[in-house]
Amino acid sequence: MSELKQELKEKIIEQLNLEDVSVEEIADNDPLFGDGLGLDSIDALELIVMLDKDYGIKLADPKEGRKIFESINTMAAYISAKKA
Amino acid sequence: MKKEVYINSIGSVSVQKTFDDSAFLEDIVTYNDNAIKVVDPNYKEFIPPAAARRMAKGIKMSAVSSQNAMKEAGLENVDAIIVGTGLGCLGDSEKFVRDILDNDEQYLTPTRFIQSSHNTVAGSIALDMGCKGYNFTYVHSNLSFESSLWDAKLQLATNEAENILVGAVDELVNHHVETHKFIDHIKKEAVPMEDVLNSGTKGIVFGEGSHFFVLSNKKQGSTYSRLIDMGIYNTLPEEKISETITSFLENNKISISDLDGVILGNNGDVEFDSIYKNLGTSLFEENPQLVYKHLSGEYDTASGFAFWLANKIFKTGKVPEILRWNNLPINNPKRLLIYNQYRGKNHSLVLLEKC
Repeated sequence: MSELKQELKEKIIEQLNLEDVSVEEIADNDPLFGDGLGLDSIDALELIVMLDKDYGIKLADPKEGRKIFESINTMAAYISAKKA
Repeated sequence: MKKEVYINSIGSVSVQKTFDDSAFLEDIVTYNDNAIKVVDPNYKEFIPPAAARRMAKGIKMSAVSSQNAMKEAGLENVDAIIVGTGLGCLGDSEKFVRDILDNDEQYLTPTRFIQSSHNTVAGSIALDMGCKGYNFTYVHSNLSFESSLWDAKLQLATNEAENILVGAVDELVNHHVETHKFIDHIKKEAVPMEDVLNSGTKGIVFGEGSHFFVLSNKKQGSTYSRLIDMGIYNTLPEEKISETITSFLENNKISISDLDGVILGNNGDVEFDSIYKNLGTSLFEENPQLVYKHLSGEYDTASGFAFWLANKIFKTGKVPEILRWNNLPINNPKRLLIYNQYRGKNHSLVLLEKC
């Protein structure tokens, strides 16, 4: 799980061009949207595509994303559950 | 009655340190290459990091040059934003198309698409300053900047607008460079800056840049020059160029000898620089001749660099030695003509007078 979390942080930084953010600065429980990393709706679309492309998980209902993309912890838990 | 058109401010990001308004080509950036990138300003001083992370290079450069122009003009907003670009934000266009191919038309994300259109620059600037006025982008190869200038001139002369932000922007991208090297439009070999204009080989050294200007029909303290007139000619046989320039000047009741200097677009392409060289030994033989594309590189809107250069010369009264193409004396020029063409097509004339 910790490897997956590390991988997710690296992918998010790279794919969302978070040039000024390092992996160490993203805590597992930090909110990804709003006050945390400050991601927005376009980033949400990028994350949905990332789940599909890199992990083979399609979000049938984009509204699910709100809970899944809350933090690195929730993302990792969702991916692990789907792949189990 | 038609109003005069003034250039009230300038802003530039180029291969040289033109974003620093306190100097004028005092510290020349040299190279030995066939494609040259801009000297990046500290973009963070101009763009919030959250916005910058999605911006294409052309938008970042233009955020800096347009903000500098607006600041110098003392304006918060303008009546219109008109931008010329030959290739738009081509970098993201290339990435978007590559994503389509690599991912078999699946998994396409919005960011690159949003940034890849030609009018992204004009749109982004308008969003940033809250300008709801006329917003237009001209994509006319190496007449893109001149087309924008022409539009602004007509609107200002007829008093349809009072202040217009006019821009010229193009960014360097690798795929474009590689394909154009293949067809000899970009030099295959690296060339040192000091040899570019006499390289004797086919093609050009490719560059990039962003140049913005506030044009107005009101003169003010910051005014650099008056745009006397301009001409655009998509096709012009070489034997007609002298006649066309002479006629253009006569229409403005100006003779060749009234010009204090001409700024020529020599780019080191052995196939087409003869056009400039022939003019330099005939029509412009008695005029001080200046060149600039060894400093800026060639790109569709490189003439925006010449426009910046002319205005900077007017303001400082100085003509850096590195611009001199012949040895005729030039000192504190009052009237300059910019002549440009690319591969024998899309000729342009811009006549400026110091204010």
